[in-house]
Amino acid sequence: MKYILMMTGTKADFDWYATWSKRDLQAQFAFMHSFNKELKESGVLVATEGLAFPNEAKMVRAAADGSPITDGVFPESKEFLAGYWIVDVETPEQAYQLAARVSAGPSPKDRGNQPIEVRRVMSGPPPEML
Amino acid sequence: MTPQPDSFEHLLRELTPQVLGAVIRRFRDFSSAEDAVQEALVAAAMQWPREGVPDNPRAWLIQVASRRMTDYLRSEMARRRRETEAALEMDQLAPPPGSASDSDQDDTLILLFMCCHSALTSSSAIALTLRAVGGLTTNEIAIAFLVPEPTMAQRISRAKRSIKDSGVRFSLPTSQERAQRLGAVLHVLYLIFNEGYTSSAGPNLQRVELSHEAIRLARAVHRMLPDDAEVAGLLALMLLTDARRPARTGTDGELIPLTKQDRALWDQKQISEGTALLTKALSKGSIGAYQLQAAIAAVHDEAARAEDTDWPQILALYDLLKRMSDNPMVVLNHAIAAAMVHGPAAGLELLHGLDNDGRLAGHHRLDAVRAHLLEMAGDHQAAIAHYRIAASRTTSVPERNYLMTQAARLNESAGG
Repeated sequence: MKYILMMTGTKADFDWYATWSKRDLQAQFAFMHSFNKELKESGVLVATEGLAFPNEAKMVRAAADGSPITDGVFPESKEFLAGYWIVDVETPEQAYQLAARVSAGPSPKDRGNQPIEVRRVMSGPPPEML
Repeated sequence: MTPQPDSFEHLLRELTPQVLGAVIRRFRDFSSAEDAVQEALVAAAMQWPREGVPDNPRAWLIQVASRRMTDYLRSEMARRRRETEAALEMDQLAPPPGSASDSDQDDTLILLFMCCHSALTSSSAIALTLRAVGGLTTNEIAIAFLVPEPTMAQRISRAKRSIKDSGVRFSLPTSQERAQRLGAVLHVLYLIFNEGYTSSAGPNLQRVELSHEAIRLARAVHRMLPDDAEVAGLLALMLLTDARRPARTGTDGELIPLTKQDRALWDQKQISEGTALLTKALSKGSIGAYQLQAAIAAVHDEAARAEDTDWPQILALYDLLKRMSDNPMVVLNHAIAAAMVHGPAAGLELLHGLDNDGRLAGHHRLDAVRAHLLEMAGDHQAAIAHYRIAASRTTSVPERNYLMTQAARLNESAGG
């Protein structure tokens, strides 16, 4: 079963991240590197990506003629996706375990552990239907 | 005449377990032998279409794989000098690989017992079985399970390490162990079959048909153990279920439930093969869960129209199955059969018994079945609510679409 582990944050969280000390940053880079390596080697990694900071994020809607209208003014409370992992595991508990590892990853700690949203990735049709 | 690529592939897959068995017997190292055989298969897939199939393809593959093994062992020489010498000596002394023999059948069975060993998680067992016995490449398996190739490669090599660590030998299990180990093999084949059924969303020409692969492996096991009624039962179950595949989905990939399927699309050849297998298996007198599930599938398949379905017989079969297995899904299906025979109230009554079963807590199938029975009972508002709860809980996109459509249909017919 596949799960997506999503790391999100508000603009304020990203701004705070940009001020981390060199030592904190290096600890975090090293953690991410070894965590990703471990996921690969244990045969569970499906995909992982990190996203650019939300400074340039745009909200796009189609106008009446179908052309894009972009809007970049977001409420302060909006959560932006920072990055994600998709893992293929045997049980939900395994996915929660991995999420907890990321949550407890190195950080300056003055804001507590980072919450990670875990969602099931949908699959194909079930074996039998009524 | 140049054979079609399809027939190469078929031949290679058929030969895989025989070749692997022979190489393991020679070099006594499952893990490296498995890698060497994969390389030989790749070499054959490249050379044979160009140069033609060798006179003895099996011997060719064993020779190439053995050469790979020898190369591998030579490169290990510094570290493992003594072992290498022994192996090289063996290579020189070993008689040239001949044609297929009785031990090939045993080898395939031994490999299946190894790959489906209880030391492995089911996803590892599935992957390893498809590679070592099914002769699929890592890339094909990765595509089938929609994971990247390196991830699948890691999964397979970890599985091989687990087998090594478990100390299981390359030999047939003792007669005491046999029933249990065979049960594990059949379970893995059943999982492969269901995986093929559930991951068949959308056409993908590159994808190996896992259901067909499971049927092929089940056929091989049935050939080796023709008197085992449960092996025959599993093969029959696969055939009788797979026969309905062409009618299961509509043109936009939407799910079509059994009662609404165009039965003219069902594969009658598969149905009669499955039915014949099942009839023979049942006559042996040792009835198991696979035979019962196959019997239920056969009753569905026999009905020319949904309303012709012999529900009393299905109910009787679920009664037996319920006594044999502690699976809450069986209880759910039993409730549906009871509703079809005795009316929706009887089915809903049985569902009450499941509300406190922890294994089904929050499971969408309980809500979906309840919605269906409530609709049968004419309580449309409650049915709509349960269809929607089920839709919010399923992890399958086509099933969610189906359940939401059910709720919408009832809602529109009620509200007008």
